[in-house]
Amino acid sequence: MKALRNYIDKIKPQFQKGGRFEMFHSTFDAFETFLFVPNTVTSKGSHIRDSIDLKRTMSMVIIALIPAMLFGMWNVGYQHVLSIGASWNFWETFWYGFFKVLPLILVSYGVGLSIEFAFAQSRGHEVNEGFLVSGLLVPLIMPVDVPLWMLAIATAFAVIIGKEVFGGTGYNVFNPALLARAFLFFAYPSHMSGDKVWIAGLTSGKDVVDGFSGATPLAKAAAYQIDKMPSAYDMFMGFIPGSVGETSKLAILIGAVFLIITGIGSWKIMVSVFGGGLAAGLLFNAFAVNPYMEIPAWQHFIMGGFAFGAVFMATDPVSASHTELGKWIYGFLVGFLALLVRVLNPAYPEGMMLAILFMNVFAPLIDYYVVEANIKRRLKRAKKVANS
Amino acid sequence: MSEVKEREPLFSQKNLKLLTQPIDSKNPITVLVLGICSALAVTVKLKPAIVMALSVTIVTAFSNLIISLIRKTIPNRIRIIVQLVVIAALVILVDQLLKAYVYDVSKQLSVFVGLIITNCIIMGRLEAFALGNKPWPSFLDGIGNGLGYGLILVIVAFFRELFGSGTLLGYRIFPLEWYIKNGGFYENNGMMILPPMALISLGIIIWIQRTRNRQLIEK
Repeated sequence: MKALRNYIDKIKPQFQKGGRFEMFHSTFDAFETFLFVPNTVTSKGSHIRDSIDLKRTMSMVIIALIPAMLFGMWNVGYQHVLSIGASWNFWETFWYGFFKVLPLILVSYGVGLSIEFAFAQSRGHEVNEGFLVSGLLVPLIMPVDVPLWMLAIATAFAVIIGKEVFGGTGYNVFNPALLARAFLFFAYPSHMSGDKVWIAGLTSGKDVVDGFSGATPLAKAAAYQIDKMPSAYDMFMGFIPGSVGETSKLAILIGAVFLIITGIGSWKIMVSVFGGGLAAGLLFNAFAVNPYMEIPAWQHFIMGGFAFGAVFMATDPVSASHTELGKWIYGFLVGFLALLVRVLNPAYPEGMMLAILFMNVFAPLIDYYVVEANIKRRLKRAKKVANS
Repeated sequence: MSEVKEREPLFSQKNLKLLTQPIDSKNPITVLVLGICSALAVTVKLKPAIVMALSVTIVTAFSNLIISLIRKTIPNRIRIIVQLVVIAALVILVDQLLKAYVYDVSKQLSVFVGLIITNCIIMGRLEAFALGNKPWPSFLDGIGNGLGYGLILVIVAFFRELFGSGTLLGYRIFPLEWYIKNGGFYENNGMMILPPMALISLGIIIWIQRTRNRQLIEK
């Protein structure tokens, strides 16, 4: 550690003003603050002083994502084993999935970070850490067999059009990771939906057991094959086909608890997303005109990406609502709309992505009205005091 | 005292500017933000975009010319109606010509040829330029604006057809063996066919143009 610090201090002058590598200043800065806590503190104005900065915040989210990622890797292997009807031991299964998921993570980070660095350099900004989380979220919400060049294009699209156009981290209207997924969903639908894409190696169709179907629970429900859906236990633990990180609700729950304890994810948004989902589910139960509407409302939470979206996507501090009341409204509508899309629109088996992106657009509007209402209420109170 | 007024050459500096400015710094689409609707609608393939660009250029140029010729006789209060009559007559001519000579493209463009009448660029140029200028500069201004419009249309359509269908003007650019269903690795980008991507491409063009020319950035 000491040697590293000394080395960085030694080469630092070259990157500062007048140094040989001055133009790579932001790149150097990014690596230095990544390795060591920066010693610069806010000097102007009054601020809440806290040791946590953007970099630490992002690292916490990464830690929260690790259970879902590790389970996702194992599950990729497990689903593959099921499809070829073999029996592998735990480590064989895990390593198979590990080497399937690792390229996705590398491509996502490689493309995203190089664009971030390029923009930071050309604008003379510091490289900020927003992509650390997006870069891990992107592979976790993809089907495992997505071609790498498609992933690269989608990541580039999300970072450039979703983020840099608006001015970089903290200014983005949409959640960048979801934007990458939405781009792929509309650009290459045959690789993002259907029964074949969720399990590694199923598209090539080699060695697949006769009669094996890779359909996700959502697809089965949308086709009204309710009796063929996996058990609630399987869906909760995550032994089902799906995007890499979304299957295990247990792993997501661990991540959620971690985010809430460290105060990084908003529990209000998480709770209200599930509340909104429950309300929509109960409403469907009340009207139940088709088999999909009859399934218990809570079962929607353990299908597809509902839980993953609620915990890691809807709570994105930039694109969600900022006011406390706004968070309740925002979350409720996300959950409600997600189920609405799922059950009522046969073209989109999963509605979480579209619901969150849609509500991202409305988050500032919600905030605006919450703030306006607050101002009005307080003005009224002030007038009352003045009149009496 | 009679002064001999010097005749301005046909392609003087000033007149040339009328022709070239709308292509870059006064572009009707990216700077004046006119005529966006048809730019989104007809740019899925390159060929209709080129035909559309030519039609708009012709209509803009000749309506500018005609309105400029009669600009002193048009009563101010009914000038919009007069302009519309001129534009509509020209558009019908163009439509008939397209139907006669390039029927397939005319079918692809369908209603959008008729909608040239409501294209904001034409009305905008008549109001802003032809009503106050001589016929020849007005004609050049019309051609310039049509070309500026066409340039953006062609750029957008080039990328949309190339990545959306893998062809250009109907000729295959990405060979069929590249496609996943034929054992390759490539796939067409379905998003390029959808109108949102035209809007995004347009945005990127505006972004690049304003990075190059900082005077265009609005305060």
